[in-house]
Amino acid sequence: MKSLGSIRRSFAPWADASAKPYISFDNITKKFGDFTAVDSLSLDIYEREFFALLGASGCGKSTLLRMLAGFEAPTSGRILLDGQDLAGIPPYRRPVNMMFQSYALFPHMSVEQNIAFGLKQDGMAKADIEKRVGEMLKLVKLEQFAKRKPHQLSGGQRQRVALARSVAKRPKVLLLDEPLGALDKKLREETQFELVDLQYDLGLTFIVVTHDQEEAMTMADRIAILDKGEVVQVATPAEIYEAPGSRFVADFVGTVNLIEGELKGRENGVARIEDGQGLTILAEDAGDAAPGNRVWFAIRPEKIKVSAAKPDKTDSNAAEGEIYDIAYLGDMTIFHIRLDDGRIVKASTMNSARVSQELLTWHDRAWISFRPDSGVVLTR
Amino acid sequence: MKRLATAVASRLVILIPYLWLLVFFLIPFLIVFKISLSGTVIAMPPYTPVFSFSDGVSGFFANLAQLGIDNYLWLTEDALYVNAYISSIVIAAVSTAITLLVGFPIAYGMARAPAALRPTLLMLVILPFWTSFLIRVYAWIGILKPEGLLNQFLLWLGMIDEPLIILNTHTAIFIGIVYSYLPFMVLPLYASLEKMDYSLIEAAQDLGCPPIAAFWKITFPLAIPGVVAGCLLVFIPAVGEFVIPDLLGGSRTLMIGKTLWSEFFNNRDWPVSSAVAVVLLLILVVPIMYFQQVQARTQEQDR
Amino acid sequence: MTGSWTRFNIVSIVAGFAFLYLPIVLLVVYSFNESKLVTVWAGFSTKWYFELFNNRGLLDAAWVTARVALVSATVATVLGTLAALTLTRYTRFHGRVLFSGMVFAPLVMPEVITGLSLLLLFVAIGLDRGFVTVTLAHITFSMCFVAVVVQSRLLSFDRSLEEAAMDLGAPPVKTFFAITLPVIMPAIVSGWMLAFTLSLDDLVIASFTSGPGATTLPMKIYSQVRLGVTPEINAVCTILIAIVTVGVVAASILNKRREVQRQRDAQAAMRS
Repeated sequence: MKSLGSIRRSFAPWADASAKPYISFDNITKKFGDFTAVDSLSLDIYEREFFALLGASGCGKSTLLRMLAGFEAPTSGRILLDGQDLAGIPPYRRPVNMMFQSYALFPHMSVEQNIAFGLKQDGMAKADIEKRVGEMLKLVKLEQFAKRKPHQLSGGQRQRVALARSVAKRPKVLLLDEPLGALDKKLREETQFELVDLQYDLGLTFIVVTHDQEEAMTMADRIAILDKGEVVQVATPAEIYEAPGSRFVADFVGTVNLIEGELKGRENGVARIEDGQGLTILAEDAGDAAPGNRVWFAIRPEKIKVSAAKPDKTDSNAAEGEIYDIAYLGDMTIFHIRLDDGRIVKASTMNSARVSQELLTWHDRAWISFRPDSGVVLTR
Repeated sequence: MKRLATAVASRLVILIPYLWLLVFFLIPFLIVFKISLSGTVIAMPPYTPVFSFSDGVSGFFANLAQLGIDNYLWLTEDALYVNAYISSIVIAAVSTAITLLVGFPIAYGMARAPAALRPTLLMLVILPFWTSFLIRVYAWIGILKPEGLLNQFLLWLGMIDEPLIILNTHTAIFIGIVYSYLPFMVLPLYASLEKMDYSLIEAAQDLGCPPIAAFWKITFPLAIPGVVAGCLLVFIPAVGEFVIPDLLGGSRTLMIGKTLWSEFFNNRDWPVSSAVAVVLLLILVVPIMYFQQVQARTQEQDR
Repeated sequence: MTGSWTRFNIVSIVAGFAFLYLPIVLLVVYSFNESKLVTVWAGFSTKWYFELFNNRGLLDAAWVTARVALVSATVATVLGTLAALTLTRYTRFHGRVLFSGMVFAPLVMPEVITGLSLLLLFVAIGLDRGFVTVTLAHITFSMCFVAVVVQSRLLSFDRSLEEAAMDLGAPPVKTFFAITLPVIMPAIVSGWMLAFTLSLDDLVIASFTSGPGATTLPMKIYSQVRLGVTPEINAVCTILIAIVTVGVVAASILNKRREVQRQRDAQAAMRS
């Protein structure tokens, strides 16, 4: 397989068979009454990794985090941290700290006192506490707010206090439960990068729970996608996007066109798929689907070319239709094209030039086409 | 025309309750104060001077000259009154402390109960408050008296050999006050505990704080508004309590509410009982104003 | 606040409720005692209840109390609702501090003081003590409780409902009767019930302000209680407890049923 996404740095302990995982969820199940929140889940996370648990609400991601923090006990299975079984260790003795979704800032304490709280619990000397609190305030740029109470701060400032408080103890692992959920879009984007830099500078392991795929893609080294208490796929952001393992993942992350068809055969690593309505797809595929199997071809909108002119080759990877909707987003334009068999395909083009050469508009006839390496063949 | 109707209506909304409270709440206090400066006579009304419009201006000043602070001096001379004030405050303070100790675990348990169960629990706390105070105090007589149910039960258990004397002691008053005022303590405590975000406790534990320390560092400080409101709601009326010391405390207990009652009904000394009331009010004015401030503050927060 | 419900929590609640309810339960149980000696169980009997109906004085007192409670609760509800409106809607007027003081102070004011001061007022203005004076006194202290109950509902009231009504052309007075009043009605009803029971239960203030011919039930009970515990008093108390309990429980069940019905309607609306 072609290399996908070593984006940020050459950091990939998960690819190294000799590397020891730092945190291991070992066959974890958690039930609340009849409801199974987490279902025999296993997951390894490595030291210094920025790991994201991504899923819709109720998928069990927060429960997983709370079990690691010690607020919930697994119904069965083990959680290992640096080789140590965490079972029976109460939250206040675990070397992990959590940043709460609600921030959970103590309303009767100042910013300073909030940050110092954890350090005091460790019985740190007063002078050291002051020094560390000072460092933390500087780190999150809140020096002049030290004496304020939480209700005198803006949402973004509160978020930074919560962050400072949870990293003040230099925990081995920092858990972040929807850390940016309460911020507005612009602030959220800025803060994403700040969090990544902070994690890198402090050399900590971060586990972040989020339902926002963009957030996970931006920040994480690896993402685990959860659905109904199970891990569906664990991979780097680029792999998740470009090589989703299932229709669920392809659909959950980003926008995708899914074309169902039958695998007819395979030649030189290129699969031939017919959808039974006249469209033949040739797609690069190293998978193990056998001829005759039902498969889905998944292709992202930006990898589909839209043109008024007929492509050179129309016997495969091309279809004709009518433009039925256009969404102009500024940086790109999204076309909804109704193929002649009635299916709708989404395609997007970057608006790299200010004035488009070829002006396509509502109800125009148009062709879509794509290359064999533009999509993936999925079997489930 | 409509505009006028609206303006009149909004004036009336303010004026009617305002005037009512002025006439039936504030002015009576002024009358109490005036009578506390009067002398006692055997007549109806049993005090002098009696102001009347028929006396004219000169009569008004003549009457004014008759007023004096004799009754207040009398209160300081007789140790009975001073002792009654002191013992009322002590009994009320001790009972308030016990009520807090009893009420906090109940309120805390209610706040942590499953959300579906909470309205029922709340209703169960409020329900006794709807039943007569007098009846609830009366119920304790049958329990506490020497041949009462508590003694019968303890004798039957073999924990005691002879009946305990509880009725007509301070212990009985403490029990009566704690019992009668418990809902007043539990409700504000519950209100402030229930509002609390449980993730604060989790955050404290996450930062290395064991549960009991987390209670003292987080839960209790955040419940302080409820503690203050509850204590005031118990302490202030308890100082002037009449029914409980009268029915459970026996003749030997000295509490100012009882003193005022007997001064008024048995001795028919209206001026002295008015002076007793004025002094009691002066003692309570600070906690009452503090209570109002607490009320106003919580009101601002709810807004 | 949630979190795990520990055994300690459950034990404190159970013990607390036992403390609150056991005395009342015992009182009710012993009202059915055959024996005149209240604390010795001698078999089940309802004879004390029948004796009540021959006790002329008690029945008269009950009738006085019922009338006082009915009238005072109704007037107190009107005044208390107005006071609540004043407190929540008019934040600036002369003497607002004094006004809120006069509303909240009676909640904690020792009853002996309230009773004495009202009596002295009635004497000063030459009003004969009796039914009217007791009723006026009860209105005064129970309107403050009504005000607090209604005010808490008004504070959580969504003002945009009123704004919408006025936007659609309803003048303020009409808006009040068409929108505000129906929405806060449950609070007004529970305010009335509270005022009614406060009046029903009051001993101290009634003792000061009532005169000959207007002896209320608590006064009657008190004068007999001082002579000792009797099963007859237990029976009266049981009846009073039953009335209040049935009233409160019925009101809350009605409330709950309305709430459930509303949710069911909302769900049905969502589905269709």
